[in-house]
Amino acid sequence: MKPVRFDYVAAASREEALETLHQEGAAARVLAGGQSLLPMLNMRLARPGVLVDIMGVAEWRQIKEENGSLRIGAAVRQWQVEALPRLALLQPLLAAALPWVGHPQTRSRGTVCGSIAHADPSAELPLVLVALGGSVHLRSRRRSRTVPAAEFITGMMATALKDDELIEAVSLPKVRPGTGYAFREVARRHGDFAIIGCAAVVSSEGARLAVGGVADRPVARALPQPQAKELDEALDAFAWDMEARDDLHATARYRRELVRRLGRATLEEAARCRD
Amino acid sequence: MPRLSALERHLVSFTLNGVAVSGEAEPRLLLSDFLRHVLGSTGTHVGCEHGLCGACTIEIDGRPSRACLTLAVQVEGADIRTVEGLAPAPDRLSLLQECFREHFALQCGFCTAGILVSLNALLRDRPEATEEEIRTTLSGHLCRCTGYVSIMAAALAARARLGKKPGKKTNA
Amino acid sequence: MDDAPWIGRSLPRVEDAALLSGRGRFIDDLGVPPGTLHAAILRSPHAHAEIAGIETARARALPGVAAVLTGTEVQARSASLVVGVKVPIECWPIATDRVRYVGEPVAVVVARDRYVAEDALDLVEPHYRPLAAVVDPRAALAPDAPVLHPRLGGNLASERFFRYGDPEGAFRSAPRRLAIEVNYPRNACTPIETYGVIAEYDPELDAYDVTANFQGPFSIHAVIARALKVPGNRLRLRTPPDSGGSFGVKQGVFPYIVLIALAARVAGRPVKWIEDRLEHLAASTSATNRFTRLEAAFADDGRILALDWDQIEDCGAHLRAPEPATLYRMHGNMTGAYDIRHVSIRNRVVLTNKMPSGLNRGFGGPQVYFPLERLVERIAAELHLDPLAVIRRNLVRPEDFPYRTATGALLDSGDYPAAMAKALAEGGIEELLRRRDEARAEGRLYGIGYAAVVEPSVSNMGYITTVLSAAERRRAGPKNGAQATATVSLDPLGSVSVHVASVPQGQGHRTVLSQVAADVLGLRPDDIRVVTDIDTGKDAWSIASGNYSSRFAPAVAGATHLAATRLRERLARIAAAQLNVPAADVVFREGRVRARANPDNAVSFTRLAAAGHWAPGTLPPESDAAIRETVFWTPPELTAPSEADEINSSLCHGFIFDICAVEIDRVTAEVRIERYVSLHDCGRVLHPAMVAGQVNGGFAQALGAALLEEHAYGSDGSFLSGTLADYLIPTAMEVPAPVVLHYETPSPLTPLGAKGVGEGNCMSTPVCIANAVADALGVADVALPLLPARLAEHLYGPEREPRRKATAIPRREPAAGERRLFGEGEASVAAPAAKIWAMLLDPNALLALVPGAHAVEKVSGTEYKAEVTLGIGPVKGRYRALISLSELEPPRSVTLSGIVEGALGFGRGLGQVKLSEEVPGRTLIAYRYEAAIGGKAASIGGRLLDGAARVIIGQFFAALARHASGGRPRAGLWARLCRWWRGA
Repeated sequence: MKPVRFDYVAAASREEALETLHQEGAAARVLAGGQSLLPMLNMRLARPGVLVDIMGVAEWRQIKEENGSLRIGAAVRQWQVEALPRLALLQPLLAAALPWVGHPQTRSRGTVCGSIAHADPSAELPLVLVALGGSVHLRSRRRSRTVPAAEFITGMMATALKDDELIEAVSLPKVRPGTGYAFREVARRHGDFAIIGCAAVVSSEGARLAVGGVADRPVARALPQPQAKELDEALDAFAWDMEARDDLHATARYRRELVRRLGRATLEEAARCRD
Repeated sequence: MPRLSALERHLVSFTLNGVAVSGEAEPRLLLSDFLRHVLGSTGTHVGCEHGLCGACTIEIDGRPSRACLTLAVQVEGADIRTVEGLAPAPDRLSLLQECFREHFALQCGFCTAGILVSLNALLRDRPEATEEEIRTTLSGHLCRCTGYVSIMAAALAARARLGKKPGKKTNA
Repeated sequence: MDDAPWIGRSLPRVEDAALLSGRGRFIDDLGVPPGTLHAAILRSPHAHAEIAGIETARARALPGVAAVLTGTEVQARSASLVVGVKVPIECWPIATDRVRYVGEPVAVVVARDRYVAEDALDLVEPHYRPLAAVVDPRAALAPDAPVLHPRLGGNLASERFFRYGDPEGAFRSAPRRLAIEVNYPRNACTPIETYGVIAEYDPELDAYDVTANFQGPFSIHAVIARALKVPGNRLRLRTPPDSGGSFGVKQGVFPYIVLIALAARVAGRPVKWIEDRLEHLAASTSATNRFTRLEAAFADDGRILALDWDQIEDCGAHLRAPEPATLYRMHGNMTGAYDIRHVSIRNRVVLTNKMPSGLNRGFGGPQVYFPLERLVERIAAELHLDPLAVIRRNLVRPEDFPYRTATGALLDSGDYPAAMAKALAEGGIEELLRRRDEARAEGRLYGIGYAAVVEPSVSNMGYITTVLSAAERRRAGPKNGAQATATVSLDPLGSVSVHVASVPQGQGHRTVLSQVAADVLGLRPDDIRVVTDIDTGKDAWSIASGNYSSRFAPAVAGATHLAATRLRERLARIAAAQLNVPAADVVFREGRVRARANPDNAVSFTRLAAAGHWAPGTLPPESDAAIRETVFWTPPELTAPSEADEINSSLCHGFIFDICAVEIDRVTAEVRIERYVSLHDCGRVLHPAMVAGQVNGGFAQALGAALLEEHAYGSDGSFLSGTLADYLIPTAMEVPAPVVLHYETPSPLTPLGAKGVGEGNCMSTPVCIANAVADALGVADVALPLLPARLAEHLYGPEREPRRKATAIPRREPAAGERRLFGEGEASVAAPAAKIWAMLLDPNALLALVPGAHAVEKVSGTEYKAEVTLGIGPVKGRYRALISLSELEPPRSVTLSGIVEGALGFGRGLGQVKLSEEVPGRTLIAYRYEAAIGGKAASIGGRLLDGAARVIIGQFFAALARHASGGRPRAGLWARLCRWWRGA
């Protein structure tokens, strides 16, 4: 379990990182916290020609509040967000989901943007991004663009990122008054990939449930309010539409049933937390 | 920083348990292998090389991290602490280590290095850590011998004893 | 110092200070000779395939590579590993003519360092001809099953019938009978330290020097020496001072000892190999999986009159020593803790395309107790009796000890009803029953389970010969016993050292033996130095040496006690002459040796103990040289199997009574253990804290086996739990602290009265948890591991299928457990059908369609070869692809089949494509595919495979649609494609 040979560039600036990506294209991989990439390197699943370490880029280490959002830079580690004073007041869903991401020892190094770029269908942070309807800021040497969460993840570990692009930051909407948030997850063990993760956002304007671990990517859907009698039917349709599959740890049927049951419970919890 | 070529070894320097160290590493060399086989610091163990067993946990700049999920070249200039740096003197144990011995919180001792590093950081940074926090921290480690009962007991005993000592930021 | 012995106290462990400070000496921490090279092993991605050839030239040419070994090099220098039954099968440590399980070694590369060795693995090119695989033990017995070892003519390696008492008569006359069928799954105790071997070869002496974290039994030393074709004295086998856990598993390092020893010989340099975790999970060893049908004849009061066992043991791809020992270790204990006089047993051993099985904590116990203790609960349910009443009615009675079981075991001591009563009273059964009533009244799912288990320890080396018929045994000569060895020695300064061949893997042997010797010699444990790493070139050992069958406390500690006692007797004779008292009146206490009647008439222990070195001429003639005493101890009770196949398979028999209370979540079906009570009678307790550690640790492993862990295989033999994200070891979050109780009846058969204690919970706990879960759900059948998704089937009502759109190609539902990917989709394309048809037959067009294709070459009218790079996200691999078209009905339908093979594994796929013109110039492309993926990708990425295949196959059809419609992708086409994927 040792990686293949690759070059290593510790980018000191944004320009240096983007220039390397521009030159190398698909042969380059961005190395941030490395908590998803390193296992793939060790197993030789990933065979990059060059790693571009972006953790030294100062401007990407920032967490900013801007335009009602929390903007988290590419070099911000998960523990740093977790340790933000008043995180639960800034964005309760993020605060609730972060402890489910891996273990404390991987959150020490793993980044928020890196987890989103990896786009594992069971991962918590992409789920939060989709649930909140956040956006992803991409940059290449030539241009920068902002992609809405729903368009960023295009499939199983597949994203809108082009070979010469990287995620510069993600923006997550801050808590909104009168809105409740809840997060629930079922995994075989604590810290495992979710069999299902549910993130709910409920306000008087509407209820929204995002589900991870069931479809090939996290999926969000507007649903009736928890007390509405149409909710069961809507959850049932949502459960079927995600095309759950069997794997070693759970059956498709189990996942659909948890969409219905855990989905409802998560929505109800979010509704209770509204104030 | 210039581009480090895959085909060459490069000098990597950092602080290990308070002492400046350096050695040569290809870009792909894992930090776990660098510590053990380049620097000869074999107290940090390797159990899975995909980040799940926790045996290789070390502190990088004050945070418990997986050495197997880190490249040696990534820690240039960093402050690294390993199990070898926990005891105050070669013939003395830290309070946490002492509690492990008293509570028989190890059997084969292979996972122990990583567990000690994680718990040491937790109890140093959060001496008032709850039992649940201790358990959560411990859940990032696999132990096959003890069933965790004695490890929890040792950690709780260490917390209780630390609570009685005046607070200072040192090893637990 | 008070008069209480050191034994029985929880002294701090002498092992701990070094282990806590990072100064342990595990195999990968040891210095190696300068010039040592490093090995990496190429492993089979196929469950079953012929090896058509292995190209190694590119690997050999890589700078830094010293040698590459394949089956050819290995067979030229060694012999097959000995197989324990008399059948025409061989067992090599590396694949020779074919591979038989995923992970089987195919080539060994020796290089400058491990990184370069792994680089070279990428350059070794084996060519396989895949064969059908079989993974289920019953399916392996079918007449048309794929055969692993053609010379065997089938997959049945051994079959034996046994009868004890009059089972047929008992079944005929019994008022009731009930049968249970169990498929016990595969799992392993999975130590956190993996295997490691360092080997050197001396060509002048034709001798091997090997250090490995092997755990014994050292009967395997003979197997290794024979395989290497050297006498035993030309194989020096050593163990490192520390070993990172074993639980039986590190017995399985021995085929790698052979392999790495040969690699050192071929490379002409010392070679080191440290197994990585992926290798360990796929190809170290595991417990056997077993199919069992167990039927009981019983009376209306629950009294069990007879048992009829039918066991089909699955040892995997090879019958590797000491298998089929798992099946026979429990042979004397097939009636458990119960007094049942009539037993019939049919034992079959089969071979399947899975990792070879071997030692694992509990060895054979969980496979026996799961059906037995489930059956007891089922009998109680059938009779509407309390399970406790049925257990009580059948327990061996205290007045019947020592009790000879029907199948030959001698239960040495115990009071099972009293121990059970203590467990119930102190475990709080009344409270648990009350809670169950309350929970059930509230509609919650609460259950209580029990297990009563006899824990055998100190294996009889002869039990394995029960697999042979009495006539075969007569020809082979008797095998029996359990030789334990211990050496106590004195140095010129009079201090005491103890050497044993117990090879601990963390159990604290050094601490306990210092207590044992200190008690005998009147010293402090600190005064005693204990050495437990073994060197077969210098130390006293026997085939029974090693760390297995819970033999430390009863046998090794006992032998140490005897050796120390013998040395003391010699010293007493020397002291008697000096003190002028009879030897019987010499007392060893507090570091002094003195006359019983006069404490002042004394000499210091060290002075006396040094005498053998400094002044041997002054010693009384009858005392010999009091320098070193080695004891070999084997209990006389461990005799060879009788003519009637009765076998006292183990020396000691502890007793365990467990209680488990669980609650099952109504939404998620997760099992929460509310209380677990485990009472042990392990005889005399030598170190209470270590016994607690053994019980807690065994319990956690057993909880893993019950709820989480499985070496899972697809029906095609692909290995599905190849990482620690899929092979789920419990963490501190999942393991509650059990309530541990003791009831002590010392064994009359061991020097210190101790019995083994390390394995019991691995036998009792899986079935106890299962009984509790069955009770909570009110169901008869529960299978391990107790997956919430499976339990949930009992909770959720029938699911209403949604209305689905009819698709152009009929769906085929997969068979249960079939490891295949299915998908289907359709796209409407602005192009006539004929144009799309032409694209499918045009290599240049295919080049644009096949995802990641570098080159497409037409082999024949309907066959293409391609080099493709496939992958998702950062996961990319280069593959060779062979695509063929069949069932062509131009321009309406075609079947595309593809085979890809590369470093990450292989894939086979079959896709049906139908074209129909919706309106002229617009065609509906409908397709469905099924694909099988194996090798590394399936082992480590199973969770993501379906989605990855969807992405890649989707890319093909998206490209087809895009190109057919003139390169203008229709808006939302991708979304439409995705919408119609259907899951299997």
